[in-house]
Amino acid sequence: MDWQGQKLAEQLMQIMLVAFAVVAFATGYAIGSFQMMILIYAGGVVLTTLVTVPNWPFFNRHPLKWLDSIEAEKHPKPQPQQPSSVSKKKSSKK
Amino acid sequence: MHSFGYRANALLTFALTILALICAMASLSDNLNSPSPSAEIQILNINWFQRHPDGNDEVSLTLNITADLQSLFTWNTKQVFVFVAAEYETPTNSLNQVSVWDGIIPAKEHAKFWIQTSNKYRLIDQGGNLRGKEFNLTLHWHVMPKTGKMFADKLVTSGYRFPEEYR
Repeated sequence: MDWQGQKLAEQLMQIMLVAFAVVAFATGYAIGSFQMMILIYAGGVVLTTLVTVPNWPFFNRHPLKWLDSIEAEKHPKPQPQQPSSVSKKKSSKK
Repeated sequence: MHSFGYRANALLTFALTILALICAMASLSDNLNSPSPSAEIQILNINWFQRHPDGNDEVSLTLNITADLQSLFTWNTKQVFVFVAAEYETPTNSLNQVSVWDGIIPAKEHAKFWIQTSNKYRLIDQGGNLRGKEFNLTLHWHVMPKTGKMFADKLVTSGYRFPEEYR
């Protein structure tokens, strides 16, 4: 996810959960069923999870501009002194 | 929201916080209910009235209990616990409350009832004070919620009296 996507995901999560809570409470109170309130809310939580937690493509509409490889080549990584030592590469999670 | 796990955690905690909030609101909505229960307790018969060798009086009664507790139920009610207590005063205790019958009402449909029964629990005094004693039969109820605050109240019926002599 990109930065805009993260913000969108967080906003969507908060709005959806609150909206489902309001609908659940109103429905449960109106029809007099506590169970219905819990069921609607649980359904809402599952739906919100499906929409906001996985890394959907629409969360990546403003992708980060990583540096071109030319820039990276201008500043090479220091080479290890011993030819037999293994160099570890760190991979960062997006 | 950096990763799958981070978002899942944030969602779960927020969802649980909101769940606690709607349960609190459900409990508060119980205060909007103004119940109007009614009940009548009759003593059909004093089966026997004896004193134990250690000096304690005991009474066996047959009771007729009629009640309409339907207005106590709300959408947030799990069950209503109801019991009948015999209440009287003695020289040693300013208030004696002895439970003689109880029951659990699981749903509104069962809340309007009539029952004829001998006392479910023994009515034994702490001492030999019951002869000729005036007592009340009080119907207590506890409205147990699905979530939140429990409400308890009672209805007092007075004017009962134990027999003057053992039988």
